[in-house]
Amino acid sequence: MSAKKKPATLDAAHLLAHALTIEIEAEDRYRVLADQMEMHNNLELAALFEKLSVIEGKHAAQIAEQAKGMELPDLKPWEYDWQDGDSPEATDPTDLHYKMTAHHALLLALAAEERAFAFFDAAARDAEDPEVKAMAEEFAEEEREHVELVKDLLKRYPPPPAGWDEDPDPPVIQE
Amino acid sequence: MAVAPALKPKSSDYKSDIKPVWCPGCGDYHVLLSMTKTFAALNLVPENVAVISGIGCSSRIPAYTNCYGFHGVHGRALALGTGLKVARPDLTVIVAGGDGDGFSIGGNHFLHACRRNIDLTYVVMDNRVYGMTKGQPSPTTEPDWDSAFTPGGSGLSPFHPLVIALASGANFVARSFSGDPNETSRILAEAIEHPGFSFVQILSPCVTFRPDERTWKDAVHAAPVEPTDDPARAARRIMTDDGFNTGILYRGRRHPYPTDRRTDPVDVTTLEEEFVL
Repeated sequence: MSAKKKPATLDAAHLLAHALTIEIEAEDRYRVLADQMEMHNNLELAALFEKLSVIEGKHAAQIAEQAKGMELPDLKPWEYDWQDGDSPEATDPTDLHYKMTAHHALLLALAAEERAFAFFDAAARDAEDPEVKAMAEEFAEEEREHVELVKDLLKRYPPPPAGWDEDPDPPVIQE
Repeated sequence: MAVAPALKPKSSDYKSDIKPVWCPGCGDYHVLLSMTKTFAALNLVPENVAVISGIGCSSRIPAYTNCYGFHGVHGRALALGTGLKVARPDLTVIVAGGDGDGFSIGGNHFLHACRRNIDLTYVVMDNRVYGMTKGQPSPTTEPDWDSAFTPGGSGLSPFHPLVIALASGANFVARSFSGDPNETSRILAEAIEHPGFSFVQILSPCVTFRPDERTWKDAVHAAPVEPTDDPARAARRIMTDDGFNTGILYRGRRHPYPTDRRTDPVDVTTLEEEFVL
């Protein structure tokens, strides 16, 4: 994987470009997860991931509105200052299971929101320009609210009992 | 260059509305993401890109892009891609598939596509197993992989695609990991822009038949070297690495096969006449 690195100090245009891409990536990745769950007939999860995708899409639209009239740097996917090489709010698709529950989906979402908070929090602490600092703090505060929201939701969706992933007739096995 | 956010192409602009049928957690989702990110980063026009594949789970990929595509015959994706690139050198041709399709059924096409050095990009999503047919060992499977089909392992030495590509004349050789979509996107962009035949092996876990491959995200690491144009040096690097080095391992200087040699262009109607019964 790309090496973990400390993010560079961002100016206003770069911070907005990063914020916009964070939300667009989150929207796209949740939609991919929704499609996976729909394809494998886990419709409850498909609806949840789709809802998360729509929420992230609205955030992206808000940031695009904020950036209206500005020229943002044309960064290639590999030119962003992500600490782990990937957008912080992008969910990791390798830990999925077709019988996963809302609890698992919310854990994925919580980890994503916490990474996004950490990104903006670090950007705010490192910012030298007061305008950039204020903007980063605002983004961090929004992500902190999302973290709390997902934590509240997790109380409604406790861990499922052991054996949640057992399937007496699995779709793919070696025969 | 700076751009207004609304004008910048997005990766989702290159996806079709067909939903992939891959297993949840399959690495190929991220390969699709990397590919569409690359198309957006290079600002490619979808109708000027063709994604050609063979048979297998990963070979479904053309349907999931909104570029032109051809889901071809098992192991023959490179033959199709070669024909297309020769006929339409103006197109960006991406040939994609899996390790079984590319290295076993299509193994001979792989050798000669490298040798011909036609300007196209070959992406192999290597999961070291035949996933679509429920988990038989493939040419890149480890000899001691224990499974229902191969109790105790097959005992066969794995095929080494990067060495074979280099020895056969590929002009660009790289390895990437599906779980690192931005780095994969960078490598794909370089592969597309590099003249001649570019080969990119993408380690793409099959979480269904090879759940052990979930650990690949901890095993992969960036190759601690700059790309070289010296085949001997590249060969030493590739032969001595652990199979999890990622990055551009060889960037050659061979001139690609010229696709503009034809002096007597034939229009499509004339060609079609030959096939009228």
